[in-house]
Amino acid sequence: MEPPERPSRGAFAPWDEPAARPLVVFEGVTKRFGAETAVSDLTLAIYEREFFALLGPSGCGKSTLMRMLAGFETPSAGRVLLAGQDLAGMPPHVRPVNMMFQSYALFPHMSVEKNIAFGLEMDGRPRDEVGARVAEALRMVKLEGLAGRRPHQLSGGQRQRVALARALVKRPKLLLLDEPLGALDRKLREETQFELMALQERLGLTFIIVTHDQDEAMTMATRIAVMDKGRIAQVGTPPVIYEAPATRHVAGFIGEINLVEGTVSGCDGRRVTVATAVGDLTVADAADSVAVGQAVAVAWRPEKTRIVRAGEAISNGRAVISGTVHDIGYLGGRTTYHVDVTGLRLKAAVANAARSVERPLGTGEAVKLAVAPDALLLLVR
Amino acid sequence: MTSPRSRLLDATALTLGFAFLYLPIVILVIFSFNASQLVTVWGGFSTRWYASIWQNRQLMDAAWMTAQVAAASAAFATVVGTLAALALTRYARFRGRTLFSGLVYAPIVMPEVITGLSLLLLFVSLGIDRGFWTVTVAHATFTCGFVAVVVQSRLVTFDRSLEEAAADLGATPAQVFFRITLPIIAPAVVAGFLLAFTLSLDDLVLASFTTGPGSTTLPMRIYSQVRLGVTPEINAISTLMIAAVTVLVIAASLATKRSASAH
Amino acid sequence: MAGECSDRLRVPPMSERATRRTIILVPYLWLALFFLVPFAIVAKMSLSQVATAIPPYVPTFGLADGPTGWLAKAREFSLDNYGVIVGDRLYVDAFLASLRIAAIGTAILLVIGYPIAHAMARAPERWRPILVMAVILPFWTSFLIRVYAWIGILKPEGLLNELLLGLGLIGAPLAIANTETAVLIGVVYSYLPFMVLPLYAALERMDRTLLEAAQDLGCPPWKAFWRITVPLSLPGIVAGSFLCFIPITGEVVIPDLLGGSDTLMIGKTLWTEFFSNRDWPVASAVAVLLLVILVGPIMVYQRQQARQMEAGR
Repeated sequence: MEPPERPSRGAFAPWDEPAARPLVVFEGVTKRFGAETAVSDLTLAIYEREFFALLGPSGCGKSTLMRMLAGFETPSAGRVLLAGQDLAGMPPHVRPVNMMFQSYALFPHMSVEKNIAFGLEMDGRPRDEVGARVAEALRMVKLEGLAGRRPHQLSGGQRQRVALARALVKRPKLLLLDEPLGALDRKLREETQFELMALQERLGLTFIIVTHDQDEAMTMATRIAVMDKGRIAQVGTPPVIYEAPATRHVAGFIGEINLVEGTVSGCDGRRVTVATAVGDLTVADAADSVAVGQAVAVAWRPEKTRIVRAGEAISNGRAVISGTVHDIGYLGGRTTYHVDVTGLRLKAAVANAARSVERPLGTGEAVKLAVAPDALLLLVR
Repeated sequence: MTSPRSRLLDATALTLGFAFLYLPIVILVIFSFNASQLVTVWGGFSTRWYASIWQNRQLMDAAWMTAQVAAASAAFATVVGTLAALALTRYARFRGRTLFSGLVYAPIVMPEVITGLSLLLLFVSLGIDRGFWTVTVAHATFTCGFVAVVVQSRLVTFDRSLEEAAADLGATPAQVFFRITLPIIAPAVVAGFLLAFTLSLDDLVLASFTTGPGSTTLPMRIYSQVRLGVTPEINAISTLMIAAVTVLVIAASLATKRSASAH
Repeated sequence: MAGECSDRLRVPPMSERATRRTIILVPYLWLALFFLVPFAIVAKMSLSQVATAIPPYVPTFGLADGPTGWLAKAREFSLDNYGVIVGDRLYVDAFLASLRIAAIGTAILLVIGYPIAHAMARAPERWRPILVMAVILPFWTSFLIRVYAWIGILKPEGLLNELLLGLGLIGAPLAIANTETAVLIGVVYSYLPFMVLPLYAALERMDRTLLEAAQDLGCPPWKAFWRITVPLSLPGIVAGSFLCFIPITGEVVIPDLLGGSDTLMIGKTLWTEFFSNRDWPVASAVAVLLLVILVGPIMVYQRQQARQMEAGR
């Protein structure tokens, strides 16, 4: 039976549909290890056919969350539900969830084929079926010729594929991937990201991936949960996370950002003016309602900043900040300028669209930074 | 990075060290083929001492008894020692863990006279007749610590995510143990068994304390003969034991090498 | 999919606890019954008196005696055996000789074993397993036979003397057999693998670049050996030394076969008391005293062993 086509990613948004029933629900989940709290009163819903990323620095609780789903850890409080069913007391080997381990955890004493067959044998599947499904899985990950090899005879990329095939051959509704690409070099990692996305789409499965790599999460995920100290800081699609970060932590964790602290000096509906060390900055469309005098931060992305020489003119309506160039990072595709402004260091990134710049900006030069009001973000938390 | 001088030092240390270890054994083997009754005077090549031990029923019975005790005690020691290693590596905290780890490691260094005497007194006060089983239990107690150390050194480098992966793929805890954990630590378990086996073959002191009439082991027989004086017959039986152990050890190391290279 | 994980498949959480209990209790009970409890019996025996009976001591406790009977018999316990041992030069000398031989033997083992282990650890990697095998192999052959081999070498008309006489290095046969020197040779020979292997394990683990770094910072090789190699191999030195020292102290066979009548070691004394004199209570008192002397070193060894296992994680 072919799985029904998933709508293109643009239209796929079950989290916005009130009628949709989530596949996975964490309900007020807390996990303590001794005196340490790894996950703290966390609530989260993940829907069928999502490619959901748990993103955060090491020790933020993302792996613990995944291990509770797989059954290797028991929540100290709260419930974990899968398709509406409470998973409490269900040992890992009976959960219809499979996991791809960070270390791959390939059984060293078994061939590639035996590794992949293991899960099916545990289910007591007939031998013909096991053989056929293993062959199919090997085809899927393009390892047909390596069935008889042992894990230590494989390259890193091949091991990763075996681990993936082993987890997928049981056709789990939900696949957990713990830093699945962490051991691969950069080029292979990027290729594999797209392969994983294509595979997930084709098989119509739900993937939950744990990663500390923001690019990986941004590339692959339908939604990202940014975690911080055992709590979820924000859940959203990659554009929402990037363009409308909810907190200072999220803003700073995903991509580069300029962040200036200040106090609210004027409020006009969603238009908020903030007095900061670099002058008054007016945010066009504040997400949170604030009061005059409140301590807030204003943030904007370096690539949404224009940088010009001090003498040049700037179009009206933009916030203008004057400073001097501290240093310049040339990255090929773009150039990043670090600009000193009254004790702060701000960044501006300029795409190098033309092949060469006639008279490039130099270190120590006086410049003006210009940011459009709708590029400014107001961060309360 | 190594200078020629330090390489010369290394070569000297190894040559002298191995000469010291092997020369006495080589001499022993050579003199087992001596025709002369005098152990230090060469009287021509002969295999008469091999023929004579073959006819020595007492010696043969003792050898058979020793092999049985070694096999049985090594089997017990392997089970007890492997469980002890699992307990020590897997359970970081349980009541009496310190005492437990002491009980596991102490028999390795405990002088055998103490262990032997105390076990004998235990058997006497329990009213147990001494014989095959008491020697077997004594040897298993003495050797299980060695098994535990060998298995433990393998378990500490064991990647626990392999077991989690198996459970995740649907293996019950028993299936995880027998299909993943045991095959992977098997070389260490086998090595532990062989170690326990040869330690038991070798033991004189524990066996002397805990044995009873009719259960004389080979080392006890050899010991009583040696105390009467050096005889070429002892050289011959020693050579046979060395040959047997060498074959066994080489076979075992080839087997573990093959399984290790498969990892 | 909810059907795939029906209640029928749920394993009660009890099973894990039962597994844990089995894994811990089986070895625990075995060792407690056959290793710990016997010591209590030895201690009890050391307070009893020798008797010409079967078993050869009094008092004997029977189930029929009842609590009052036991109490009455317990009054017969005394420390006489300890008094005998402490008051007799023979026992005291045997204890001292054992400790001396064990200490000297361990020191010689360390001096001989360290260069061997060091050379093994620096040998090309593909040779190392073979070298380790070569060290272990003699250990797998009978201990008794290896000691026996030295009798033929060391005795007055033995091979060593014949060789030295033949070379004209000595005029008269050396009297090595049946001396403390012979015992030391036997001890060093028999325990060499126990010293070399822990040292090798510690040295082999050492990161080779540490020495390169030391040399890069201006440290000559011999100094690097003392400042880097030796401190890092300290766990191996401790493990190897205790692994040799403790059993040598209680050694029976080596002093009996290679030592003379004047080389008394305490293990041998205990053996004689038990088998020849059939004095079980005195033999037990000797065992208790030996254990008291060795309990410190044993605990050091055991803690070292446990720590090494933890570090391997």
